[in-house]
Amino acid sequence: MNKAAIDNQETFVLNLGPQHPATHGVLRVKLTMDGEYIVHAEPVLGYIHRMHEKMAENRTWAQYMPNTGRMDYLSALSYNHGYAAVVERAMGIEVPERAEYLRVITVELNRISSHLVWFGAFILDLGGFTPLLYAFDDREKILDLLESVTGSRLTYCYFRFGGVYNDIDENFVDGTREFIKTMRKSIPMYHDLVTKNIILMKRLNDIGPISKETIRKYGATGPVARGSGIDYDVRKNEPYSIYPEFDFDVPVYHEGDSMARYMVRMDEIEQSMRIIEQALDKLPDGPVMVAKAPKIIKPPKGDYYQAVEAARGSFGIRMVSDGTNKAYRLKLRSPTFSNLSLFSEACEGMLLPDALALMGSLDLVIPEIDR
Amino acid sequence: MDFAKLKEQLRPLAILEDVVAEETADVEVEQEEGAADLDAQSVPEPQQLPAINEVDHQAKGFDLDVKVEADKVVEAAKILDEQGFFLEAVTGVDWLKENQLEVVYDYCMWQPQCRVVIRTRLDRENPVIPTISAVIPGANWHERETHDFFGIKFSGHPNLIPILLPEDSDFHPLLKDFKVNE
Repeated sequence: MNKAAIDNQETFVLNLGPQHPATHGVLRVKLTMDGEYIVHAEPVLGYIHRMHEKMAENRTWAQYMPNTGRMDYLSALSYNHGYAAVVERAMGIEVPERAEYLRVITVELNRISSHLVWFGAFILDLGGFTPLLYAFDDREKILDLLESVTGSRLTYCYFRFGGVYNDIDENFVDGTREFIKTMRKSIPMYHDLVTKNIILMKRLNDIGPISKETIRKYGATGPVARGSGIDYDVRKNEPYSIYPEFDFDVPVYHEGDSMARYMVRMDEIEQSMRIIEQALDKLPDGPVMVAKAPKIIKPPKGDYYQAVEAARGSFGIRMVSDGTNKAYRLKLRSPTFSNLSLFSEACEGMLLPDALALMGSLDLVIPEIDR
Repeated sequence: MDFAKLKEQLRPLAILEDVVAEETADVEVEQEEGAADLDAQSVPEPQQLPAINEVDHQAKGFDLDVKVEADKVVEAAKILDEQGFFLEAVTGVDWLKENQLEVVYDYCMWQPQCRVVIRTRLDRENPVIPTISAVIPGANWHERETHDFFGIKFSGHPNLIPILLPEDSDFHPLLKDFKVNE
């Protein structure tokens, strides 16, 4: 049908974006349409490409830390974590236990806030305005908590090589517990308000199914992979930091449709809260920075790799050091770049509004794709 | 997945490399080579072994490091794809002093967790390498990105146009001789 439709000149080209509410930032998709059906979709990237990888070669290891908070602006702490962890791995720096706990607590809080933004924006894409307000109300509490300890609300730069730069206080602990209490009440409300809504079900069930094999061929990770029945979470499969000490589940749904990806993220909010609760209960005393933190960061020569589970999937850093105070090469493997690359195959033959539902369920953050 | 079997499959693809003393050579292969060279024992020639090394995951973050010739990357991709690996990323490294460009393929397997790195060196003046996007469609974008940043040509690639850089760009910013305006 595709080839014939194109040859018969029955198709037309539709530009989606780069300024379009459903593309969350500046993504452009060139759609070849046959009426209301998509024949071919070609994402056009690079509108906010900033060449973070070249910047890494032009500034010292420590100076690059703020850059890592500016790629995925919704879950910046995971990126902080990946970068700090790869340099610590190369230098052999041991991080104090309390610092690791603080890292996990803040990263998981950040994951919840990221999923809340996605939740609100996704429903907004589908035409529902109200849930966005509820989600942002809950997210605001997380931003206040994180601001009190990291000093910023969005582009965090909280981690240091060998720990974190600021200890938490009683207010943070109490505030976090309080937040979890209210969030536990909010989630059933979200499910009543949104998940069980017949309009949402009709918009998401069986829409945009992605097979396991497609996921693997395109290297998709995170909730997108877990919604297609792949039980892969870097926190479990390739444990880093102190995640093995916590008891949490990895939500996996086998349907592969947009609803499955939606449910994975909603369940992940609950799992993140479980991790935070356990971490607060077990929080040890001690320093938050390694006592003899090296003043000059010069990782030994060689290749190092570190993957972390960001809110959107596996974020990997490959670093090549030549033993100087600057990176020789720093490759940032961002999860959404791979997740989006399957869009063109997955949306063929779909109705345009359904393709937008699929795109929303991939949870795109454009600055992270473009880097 | 059988790690030992995977190593055996990849071994023929690896280039031969002079063994440096500090490198931890594969014991099994060392014996084989030794047996073959019994008569030449009197001449202490530098020993050459396939460049396939197990890596300490804790220290480096990956498990297997394989150096191959440029024309072997497709074959390596086929082997890893059959085993159930997925492609994390394709990238380059500019080794200006050696006048070479390195292309690095990161593969990963979900369960059991295993990371394999396939790397190859190209001549800096004429960096051409076959595409693996026919085997692994996800490589399409990663190869376009590598072409953007390093100017490496992936022969046979269906759509090798700039992906992150502007569509009319003729520069490759991650080359070491690309000057940044400070």
